[in-house]
Amino acid sequence: MPPPSTNAPKIVITPRIDRMLLSLYDVAAFVGRFFREVLLPPYEGREVIRQCYEVGVRSLPLISLTGFITGIVFTNQSRPSLSQFGATSWLPSLVSIALVRAIGPLVTALIAAGRVGSNIGAELSSMRVTEQIDAMEVSATKPFKFLVVTRVTATTLMIPVLTMYAISVGLLGAFLNVNSNEATSYRSFISEVFGTITFLDIFSSLTKSVVFGFTIGMVGCYQGYNSSKGTEGVGKAANAAVVTSMFLVFIEELFSLQIVNAIRSFQ
Amino acid sequence: MNNQPKKLAQTAETVIEIEGLYVTFGDNEVLKGVDLMLHRGENLVVLGRSGSGKSVLIKVIVGLLRPDQGRVVVLGQDVIASNDTELDQLRLKVGFSFQSSALYDSMTVRENLEFPLVRNVRNLSRADINRAVEEALDDVGLKQAINQVPSELSGGQRKRIGIARTLMLKPEIMLYDEPTAGLDPITCTEINNLINDVQERRGASSIIITHDLTCAKEVGDRVAMLFDGQFQRVGTFDEVFATDDKRVQQFYHYNFTE
Repeated sequence: MPPPSTNAPKIVITPRIDRMLLSLYDVAAFVGRFFREVLLPPYEGREVIRQCYEVGVRSLPLISLTGFITGIVFTNQSRPSLSQFGATSWLPSLVSIALVRAIGPLVTALIAAGRVGSNIGAELSSMRVTEQIDAMEVSATKPFKFLVVTRVTATTLMIPVLTMYAISVGLLGAFLNVNSNEATSYRSFISEVFGTITFLDIFSSLTKSVVFGFTIGMVGCYQGYNSSKGTEGVGKAANAAVVTSMFLVFIEELFSLQIVNAIRSFQ
Repeated sequence: MNNQPKKLAQTAETVIEIEGLYVTFGDNEVLKGVDLMLHRGENLVVLGRSGSGKSVLIKVIVGLLRPDQGRVVVLGQDVIASNDTELDQLRLKVGFSFQSSALYDSMTVRENLEFPLVRNVRNLSRADINRAVEEALDDVGLKQAINQVPSELSGGQRKRIGIARTLMLKPEIMLYDEPTAGLDPITCTEINNLINDVQERRGASSIIITHDLTCAKEVGDRVAMLFDGQFQRVGTFDEVFATDDKRVQQFYHYNFTE
């Protein structure tokens, strides 16, 4: 009689609930391992910079285009409603609040989830399938630190930077639209914008961008690093990285809205 | 082809000792009480059908897979009881050559070879690193490939670069997973010669997983046949195949009688 397998999961509740609990445990262990390893040397400074370049600089064209168009479209779509009340002069205030509080961080996070998250998921999954991660493991080169910690650090650092950039480009688009329609001067537009947005707006926007960046990096890495074998796993990991991180970004947006509203009510 | 099986390595020191190893994936019992010893300086070939658990065995040796039960002692260290740091220390002494070569496809050959070295050996100068890379490439006869990326290499070249990368840390034990799979006979001979060279020049002890009997005969001091989750026959090449066991004979005739 062979000994019982210690690898086989033991059924405690039902197989389905067991699997769900085991998955949650896996995710928690993965996140915990990140926080443990990010603090311990050796630090992968050079690889973090390389990943920051991949995440940040390579996303600039897409973020520039989407941010700029979002600024123009949002301004254009808001104008008819405001003009009914003769309040088109409020356009800079409205657009800046919308861009800083919600649209900027959200659009940046969604673009990053699509571009960066899928890229990380597919790359790590393909490395898993072709045994490159195992090769790092057996040569004692700590693949988790080299592949996961660096990528999550890069997304956590770069998504807030990209968000601020997207907001700036969005405001530029909005200004060009307002300038061409209402002949608002640059000075007046800037003064309206900075007269409206508060420190809390910028701080909350940056904070949630950090959370979005961490989520996108972590989800992409988790899906890729734990991908099942086979080429099918690569596609599934990339897809799951995008879908899961987009879903989580929206949930986090909802939570951050509640928190910021609660803070505002105290002010 | 060298038709004379190799002589048994003359050393009694054991570098790998496995006792009662059981590995199960779901309902599939892959290894059912495997016992194995590898002596210093010896080349041990593990033969067996596809899916018989040969690769699983060497993955357990380096701690990539955790067995359900059993004892695995490598260079005096209990692999199963080791923590991550202890495992990493042990892995510096054990090289693993993957069936797929597992070269890092985003890096050049030079970067692939440098990777384990610069991340494990401190205070190396650029000149030391370059020298080590060039020596390793020289050993596998691929100096000209130094700036190429893996996608530009042939299957045989990738295998040799994979072995060169493994040799960068000067391991005491080498584990080869299907080193000649999918290669033409000439390249197979080159790989076999390389495995023998690693044994003779570097004094490494090796486990070679294969179902290529020519490779087994050319490189193996001992051969172990894995069937039904256990080693059914262990000995020199001739001893292992001197049997009426149908499965063993099928193995032999497919390779040598056709």
